Amino acid sequence: MEKIVVNHLNFYYGDHIALADTSMSIAEHRVTALIGPSGCGKSTFLRCLNRMNDTIRNTRAEGEILLDGVNIYAPGSDVVTLRQRVGMVFQRPNPFPQSIFNNVSFGPRMLGLAKGSALDDMVEQSLRGAALWDKVKDKLHQDALHLSLGQQQRLCIARAIAVKPEVILMDEPCSALDPIATGHVEELIESLQEHYTIVIVTHSMHQAARVSNFTGFFWLGKLVEFDATEKIFSRPGQKQTEDYITGRAG
Amino acid sequence: MLNNKSSAPKSISSFEFAIEAIIRVLGFSTIGFVLLIFLFLLKEGVPFFYKTDLINIFGTRWYPTFDLFGTLPLILGSVAITVVAVIMALPMGVATAVFIREIAPGWVREILKPMIETLAGIPSVVIGFFGMTVIAPMVRETLGVATGLTIFTGAVTLAYMALPTMISVAEDALDTVPKNYRDAALAMGATKWQTIRHVVLPAARSGISMAVMLGMGRAIGETMTVMMVTGNAARMPLGLDALFKPIRTMTATIAAEMGEVAGGSIHYHALFGIGIVLFVLTFFINLAAARAIFQKRRKGGLR
Ligand SMILES: Nc1ncnc2c1ncn2[C@@H]1O[C@H](COP(=O)(O)OP(=O)(O)OP(=O)(O)O)[C@@H](O)[C@H]1O
Ligand SMILES: [Mg+2]
Repeated sequence: MEKIVVNHLNFYYGDHIALADTSMSIAEHRVTALIGPSGCGKSTFLRCLNRMNDTIRNTRAEGEILLDGVNIYAPGSDVVTLRQRVGMVFQRPNPFPQSIFNNVSFGPRMLGLAKGSALDDMVEQSLRGAALWDKVKDKLHQDALHLSLGQQQRLCIARAIAVKPEVILMDEPCSALDPIATGHVEELIESLQEHYTIVIVTHSMHQAARVSNFTGFFWLGKLVEFDATEKIFSRPGQKQTEDYITGRAG
Repeated sequence: MLNNKSSAPKSISSFEFAIEAIIRVLGFSTIGFVLLIFLFLLKEGVPFFYKTDLINIFGTRWYPTFDLFGTLPLILGSVAITVVAVIMALPMGVATAVFIREIAPGWVREILKPMIETLAGIPSVVIGFFGMTVIAPMVRETLGVATGLTIFTGAVTLAYMALPTMISVAEDALDTVPKNYRDAALAMGATKWQTIRHVVLPAARSGISMAVMLGMGRAIGETMTVMMVTGNAARMPLGLDALFKPIRTMTATIAAEMGEVAGGSIHYHALFGIGIVLFVLTFFINLAAARAIFQKRRKGGLR
């Protein structure tokens, strides 16, 4: 079952073309990894999926991205609801400089999803979902910036799932984390796919191999190969892909 | 620099030494001047506090010709007008800063910023003139009060004068809010306004409180404008209706009366005494502003 279908997407920063003729189908309740050398357009592609690129001046997208069959770039489509459905976790953990509780409840409060004890429940659920509840349940009203980086990143995941998205985009979510915290986040990704469709950008081949069901390899703004992760890592169809994953190019 | 002095040719090192010495002297002399002014203020002002009874000093009537030196109406006058001015300027200043930083397209920002800087450079007497001939009559006619020279009028003009400082400081505060906070909120489906209201402004609050303090400092020390638009009646500003009655501030009192007093008289010392009070108030306001800056630094500019 396809959650997102990208058809012939071109993306421009001013005159610079960062993505050319990219097409991809992203399966529902699966983890899709995007790999490729620096500057090849992985983040750009990811940010097209919830139109976060709109916040950058002087950018332009061509082609279509269908979310459940509806083009998110169609004129008049609402980015605010789109972003509620397609949440995002960033490379560097970016909790708000507020309490843990406020961080997680931010989205639900903003969207008017819950109040009072229902809100408390929602916060608890989200923190449990991000495997953080036991660590923070006694200090919900402490400043989120006092958490370790790994915990901050899981808090950001909790914050993202608190608004009940359908898709979660993650842009190198572990690059600021140590191996142990990375392990926690990877386990979390495993468990999240039951409820969410996940797209993750990563620089780590091992991470892509460990967590994803599908992998797309980008090279110079093009999607070179897209297939089941197992196949990409055992029998890549393209020479470029093979060179990259075996470390001969990068 | 001191280490390689010996290896440098002699003429260069003595030149450097001379420059350093000059800079040092200039630097210390600035501090020296400030200290001298403060000492002078103390020397001339302190006699007021022991030559006059406390009951008189903290009285409510300032009539130097009858030896009544009640400073309360002047202190409260300054405080009232400053507080009202800041209450008026704060929402406008923050709104303008938000507009410039978060909403306005680039070219509007390019025009607005220099205009606001120009606003800061308008001489206070010009603003006072504007207050006297435009705002005061407006206040008198629309509110039907006896005179347009009131706390309210003074506060409006002071708010206007404090605005440029407040806007640019608030703007800097917004500027230091990391982009990734905004991204986090937007990526959750918050609207632009929700992001500003619930993420950007709270994250910038220490910078904004600094803007308030600096605006206050600007307002409380202002002399010419308040002299021109507040009516200069030394009354106690009590009750809400005082807002639309004349007042007199500490600064206006000093400026208006200093020219006419006999050197060494009680009245003369009283004016310096008021100067000390003003100095102390300003000092505390600046201290609060410095604290805000310090806190911001300590927290890595994050809030
Ligand atoms: N805000 C921007 N303005 C202009 N050009 C940009 C911007 N962001 C990215 N680019 C350009 O678009 C291209 C793709 O960038 P992108 O960030 O998508 O790469 P990436 O694959 O995520 O790289 P990395 O692995 O380093 O994160 C690069 O050439 C980059 O210089
Ligand atoms: Mg990237």
